[in-house]
Amino acid sequence: MTSAETKPLTKNIDPARGPLDLKGYEAAGGYAAVRKSIKQLTPAGVATAVKDANLRGRGGAGFPTGVKWSLVPMGADAPKQKYLVCNADEMEPGTFKDRLLMEQDPHQLIEAMIVAGFAIQASAGYIFLRGEYVVAAERLNAAVAQARAAGYLGRDILGSGWDYDVYVHTGAGRYICGEETALINSLEGRRANPRAKPPFPQISGAWGKPTVVNNVETLCNVPHIVNFGAEWFKGLSQGKSKDGGTKLYGVSGRAKRPGLWELPIGTSAREILEVHAGGMQDGLKLKAWLPGGASTDFLIEEHLDLAMDYDTIGRAGSRMGTGLLTVVDDRQSMVSVVRNLEEFFARESCGWCTPCRDGLPWSVKILRSLERGEGRSEDIEQLQRLTRQLGPGKAFCAHAPGAMEPLQSALKFFRSEFEAGLAKPPAAAQQAAA
Amino acid sequence: MSTANIIKLADLPKAQPFVLSDVERHEIEHELTHYPDSRAASIGALKIVQQHRGWVPDEAIPLIAEMIGMSAAELDGVATFYSLIYRRPVGRHVIKVCDSISCFLTGYDAVRQGLEQKLGIQYGQTTADGRFTLLPICCLGACDRGATLMIDDDLHGNVTPQGLDRILEAYK
Repeated sequence: MTSAETKPLTKNIDPARGPLDLKGYEAAGGYAAVRKSIKQLTPAGVATAVKDANLRGRGGAGFPTGVKWSLVPMGADAPKQKYLVCNADEMEPGTFKDRLLMEQDPHQLIEAMIVAGFAIQASAGYIFLRGEYVVAAERLNAAVAQARAAGYLGRDILGSGWDYDVYVHTGAGRYICGEETALINSLEGRRANPRAKPPFPQISGAWGKPTVVNNVETLCNVPHIVNFGAEWFKGLSQGKSKDGGTKLYGVSGRAKRPGLWELPIGTSAREILEVHAGGMQDGLKLKAWLPGGASTDFLIEEHLDLAMDYDTIGRAGSRMGTGLLTVVDDRQSMVSVVRNLEEFFARESCGWCTPCRDGLPWSVKILRSLERGEGRSEDIEQLQRLTRQLGPGKAFCAHAPGAMEPLQSALKFFRSEFEAGLAKPPAAAQQAAA
Repeated sequence: MSTANIIKLADLPKAQPFVLSDVERHEIEHELTHYPDSRAASIGALKIVQQHRGWVPDEAIPLIAEMIGMSAAELDGVATFYSLIYRRPVGRHVIKVCDSISCFLTGYDAVRQGLEQKLGIQYGQTTADGRFTLLPICCLGACDRGATLMIDDDLHGNVTPQGLDRILEAYK
């Protein structure tokens, strides 16, 4: 099979050569999905193909993309302004996949923005790109300009009567911008506080209009589904998962060859770590791993043979998240590792709701005292309590519950390390002082 | 107290009124064309001013706010929320050190300590010669090359304390 058939997302990528320009991208079959969508299919036809393929969101939540789109009002009575927003605010610690897609094949994302925009009949598309991705911004802007000049964007695209343009919107920091509704607030030029749901963005999103927010990798699958069909997409997982498609998997931490690979969805974590990343560095053992970012529960060695898909990793008590493994080696203190994670979440809390704003720094304070060996006897129980008080349903958005995932799983698998951080009993301490 | 000691307002040197340059105004006006509502250009406008001046002075806030139809207080709320908008002067080069988990596992602490020792500053500070400002930043999305940092717009991967001198010397 050719790489187009097995690795659709990265078939054009050759970092040594750099990204294809418009001509090169078209020569490689690019923008065929735009032509097919507009000339042969209807918006409903594109949406049906994506729904039938059961494409699930690659940003971390795994929500079916076709279902997300199906909530957008369509037809003559629908609002004239509708927006497609690409979540390119890649900031989940341990995640480095969307950077590759945008830097090395920017036209693929632009084509995806056009096809997905056509499916929901959007009036404009925005790529919400984190400010630090300066190379991606430059290349995406160049690709947008080329696509506009070629008539793929602008007024009456390919004679369809549909007007649509894409803009690259760069952010100015803050992890919370990756939360769908906070992202919309940020796009509107506000502080990135999340919004209450309902109403869902598909009904009332950016500027009060129907809005779909999709991750970069999710969108990049769409042109290929249009070109080759839902059945082809389902077959990409080669029976490794009931989900279809490929996935960009990666490894970071002290592995021999950290990196990123496009593989069938459902590839085992062991294959990703041991075959593709070459295993742990010499002299180090795997202690724990995050399946897909800082806000996923730790798993351990015994989980390595699990298929990396949403349902399997979910059943094991974690989440696949972004699908990029962070491996923790046996020289690391789990208390320190979790302290690093919670410091991140505490700093990046937007401060909107109290459990998150106050609870996360509290967890950091306790973890720091455990690191110094000064923990109080009730500290571990307090950490446990925080995992419940900051858990799902207790905060305004998923930030605090996400922060609790690595903490609760570290307490489950490595409790003795936390206990070792408790201060010696008062009697012994008094004796030592005397 | 004799009246001779009272300084008359008219005798004081006139403070130059703060103005946005024509280039800044032009770029902000272009940014406004991208959105159905002008306030969406607020972050872009702040970034434009910062690009020309290195940071966003307080005096710029009401002027930008007027251009995009927000109150100065609202815009200040936006400007203080985002970590990449600098509200104090920074050095000629800003070093942003990734302190997230993958870099933490691959040598972040040693890199931070190395930078603090070499530069004699801590996070949030600027060297006396105005060359470098040191800041932490969350995951730079280059985790397979940890430890990482950014200087201005340049990403550096596989950073070690030993390699810092070579990296820093390119930024005068």
